[in-house]
Amino acid sequence: MDRDFNHSQVIKDPADRYQVLGTRPVRHDGVDKVTGRAVYGNDVKLPGLLHGRILRSPHAHARIKSIDTRAAEKHPGVFAVITSADFPDLRTKTAHLGEGAVDLAHLAANCLAREKVLYRGHAVAAVAARSVHDAEAALAKIRVEYERLPAVTWVLDAMADDAPLLHYNVFTDEMGRKSAKPSNISQHLHFEHGDVDKAFAGCDIVVEREFRTASVHQGYIEPHVSTALWNQDGHLKIWTSTQGAFTARQQTAELLEIPVSQVTVVPCEIGGGFGGKIAVYLEPVVALLSRKTGRPVKIHMTRAEVFEGTGPTPGSFLRVKVGMKKRKMHAAEAWLAYDAGAFPGGMIGPGCMCVFSCYDIPHARVDGYDVCLNKPKTQAYRAPGATHAAFAMESVVDEIAERLGVDPIDLRLENAAKEGTRRVDGPVYPRIGLVETLEAAKKHDHWRSRLEGPNRGRGVASGFWFNIGLKSSATVHLNPDGKVSLLEGSTDIGGTRTSVAMQLAETLGIAAADVHPQVADTDGVGYTDVTGGSRVTFATGLAAHEAGKDLIRQLCERAALIWECAPDLVRFAAGVFTHAKEKKSLTFRELAAELHETGGTITARATVDPQGATNGFGTHIVDVEVDPETGKVTVLRYTAIQDAGKAVHPSYVEGQMQGGAVQGIGWALNEEYIFDGEGRMTNPTMLDYRMPTALDVPMIDTVIVEVPNPSHPFGVRGVGETPIVAPPAAIANAIHAATGVRLRELPMSPPRVWAALEAALRREE
Amino acid sequence: MAKKRHVTTTINGEAAEFLCEPRQSLLEVLRDTLGLTGSKEGCNNGNCGACTVLLDGVPVDSCLVLAVEVEGAQIITVEGLASEGHLHPLQQCFLEGAALQCGICTPGFLVTAKALLDHDPAPSERQIRFELAGNICRCTGYDKIVRAVQAAGRKLQEHQREQQRT
Repeated sequence: MDRDFNHSQVIKDPADRYQVLGTRPVRHDGVDKVTGRAVYGNDVKLPGLLHGRILRSPHAHARIKSIDTRAAEKHPGVFAVITSADFPDLRTKTAHLGEGAVDLAHLAANCLAREKVLYRGHAVAAVAARSVHDAEAALAKIRVEYERLPAVTWVLDAMADDAPLLHYNVFTDEMGRKSAKPSNISQHLHFEHGDVDKAFAGCDIVVEREFRTASVHQGYIEPHVSTALWNQDGHLKIWTSTQGAFTARQQTAELLEIPVSQVTVVPCEIGGGFGGKIAVYLEPVVALLSRKTGRPVKIHMTRAEVFEGTGPTPGSFLRVKVGMKKRKMHAAEAWLAYDAGAFPGGMIGPGCMCVFSCYDIPHARVDGYDVCLNKPKTQAYRAPGATHAAFAMESVVDEIAERLGVDPIDLRLENAAKEGTRRVDGPVYPRIGLVETLEAAKKHDHWRSRLEGPNRGRGVASGFWFNIGLKSSATVHLNPDGKVSLLEGSTDIGGTRTSVAMQLAETLGIAAADVHPQVADTDGVGYTDVTGGSRVTFATGLAAHEAGKDLIRQLCERAALIWECAPDLVRFAAGVFTHAKEKKSLTFRELAAELHETGGTITARATVDPQGATNGFGTHIVDVEVDPETGKVTVLRYTAIQDAGKAVHPSYVEGQMQGGAVQGIGWALNEEYIFDGEGRMTNPTMLDYRMPTALDVPMIDTVIVEVPNPSHPFGVRGVGETPIVAPPAAIANAIHAATGVRLRELPMSPPRVWAALEAALRREE
Repeated sequence: MAKKRHVTTTINGEAAEFLCEPRQSLLEVLRDTLGLTGSKEGCNNGNCGACTVLLDGVPVDSCLVLAVEVEGAQIITVEGLASEGHLHPLQQCFLEGAALQCGICTPGFLVTAKALLDHDPAPSERQIRFELAGNICRCTGYDKIVRAVQAAGRKLQEHQREQQRT
């Protein structure tokens, strides 16, 4: 039941005059998704479709001595078997994918292992057969001879000199210098400003703590699935569940050494991604199977394959040290080691950039290490790298507030980053809304209410994510009935068709329902980067706005034709075209009705490439109860506050905040990859890898703060990722408030909390 | 491979018959044989609930039911919730309340929630959370789903009261 306080608030910018933005229309793809009609990747059916399965490594680390596929090829119903030998040799190529560069040899070796398997679940061979059952039976007939090697799954162990070495051709890149010997440490990053050592010497209080986090999975409910048809004319078409059709196209083309124009990627409806559906796993494999069989081939992963073969987030070790001069943060230092999984290039960069991003600290230094070990290649997961860093930093900030006897929100307010603050990695913030979220937290009924009862405590933490720009395209067709169709290239994971269409509607002065948005394939719309980095509503929305302006410009020309005047005498405002000098006007709809009499249809388009970050900040408050008998932590009440710039569709902004908060709760309290002594994940099912259910969480109250983003015409900031950043720290702080014990390892699962409470009791005795 | 069996059943109020291997799950037959792809495969082992259907009014994970077991049964899938061009109040409330993001878990939630509201149109928040605990959603954090089920319950009660008055 609704409680007696306002569970969702929007604190608007006083200058806000929008007609469409800020309303809550039903999403355009909604009916298809509540009736079961929406076509997701696994719903694709083609004539003559074959079904594939992938053979995966049972070992965490082994050399492949031989693969014998002959018996599998002869199995009834089998059409083809492939291994890495079917891939072109890509030893020295790199692909630039918008969000970052990828070593193609590593990407190919992740799709099908070459020479070595580097984690349990690493793909080794693939079969295409008449049915999934035939394909599965054939897998059992593939003989792989392995020479087992020692495995390592904890980041500090993998950094040791005597650790099992994953790659003989990976060297430590230290500010551009390569190490002499190959190493699991692929990169050492270093950021510094001010005089850190001197500054620490002048501090009144210095708190230094160590933190550990386990790998967690993005946990999308839809497994990876791809279907390919390599047609006899040489054209390759792929229907897939991806966050970026164009980057899937590029990766596939590069891995197969064919031009991108030879590939069409059709982005199906996608059942969640959270960063884990950017890298390709299946696309090149089904493509090769299709080329070999001459038929369309589909592969749908099992849930165990998703856990064991696709992107967890890094496990990490963090040491954070903060020095205070009275109540001001004066010096800070962080040492971060994030695992990258089996191949280099994990989330250490953003981890380093985020660790002190909420604060104005004059002297700071960050060292970060990217470390290979025997887990699946890590992938982005909602604000990748930031949650780990915030868990450490926000726990230390809470401890400092306790030491100083200061309210933790006041301490944050006194040290908060604001316009003009320089982040440790260099950039200076434009207008940002961290202070506003903290002030909203302080005023919120949740923070002001009393929390009563034993073993209960309240915690607070803030979080940051960049929110990127990158390339987006939009094409708009005007119909003579005054409605428009919108083609865009951003896979819609959480209602972005609507948030993009609403920005076009606002630009044109029409209703959101008068825009018909569609996500087009890679031949149907201009290049668009991935749905990631919280960028779609921001950047693709900007493209739709620009395309709307192009449409208006063309309509002004049509009005000028009708009125026999110069186009620059036609004005447009609030959905009406007017003559600047004469008393003539046409509504958007009236002018659209003249479309075919004034030269035919109008197509408007735009491609944008906004640079820089839109800077999203949030502050979360949580109440917990800790069961001292079992160590179980129950979340009693939760409030998420975030600066959205301008919340285009507030319900879906709240949805991002609530969903991110609950993923963060899962990360904080339960989720982890549990490995046995030989590097095998022991919990690759959803029952054992325990994501939150409806029964595990309360309602998630929200406050949307609107501090307009100066680099977007409507003030939009990305919102999707920031909400996962604060929860683990907020919960750790709440557990401390409830029990007096600080947990510095994730997850804070019942056994760990119980052990920490017991240890504290023993210390008291 | 064992011989295929012939099964006669009722799906969404219509008589249906199909041939299946004894090893095939109801989910596999619904999706691959009958073309009812609204029920989704998230785990294929009964953990996620995306494939939930009503079997004689009871919500079940169709990935854990063998297709041969549904002989003579009444099955409702997500495709059977809307009737005569009208969405079910649950579908309407999910849309109005933004209770879905990616939408892959939505069919399972709708079917489970229908079973709950058919039994009790005014469940408590706790009851809703308990009944929905077999369905996992990774996007929404459940808040808007629980509120949508509450709103749909209120709509159904209004319908019932209207019917009683007339």
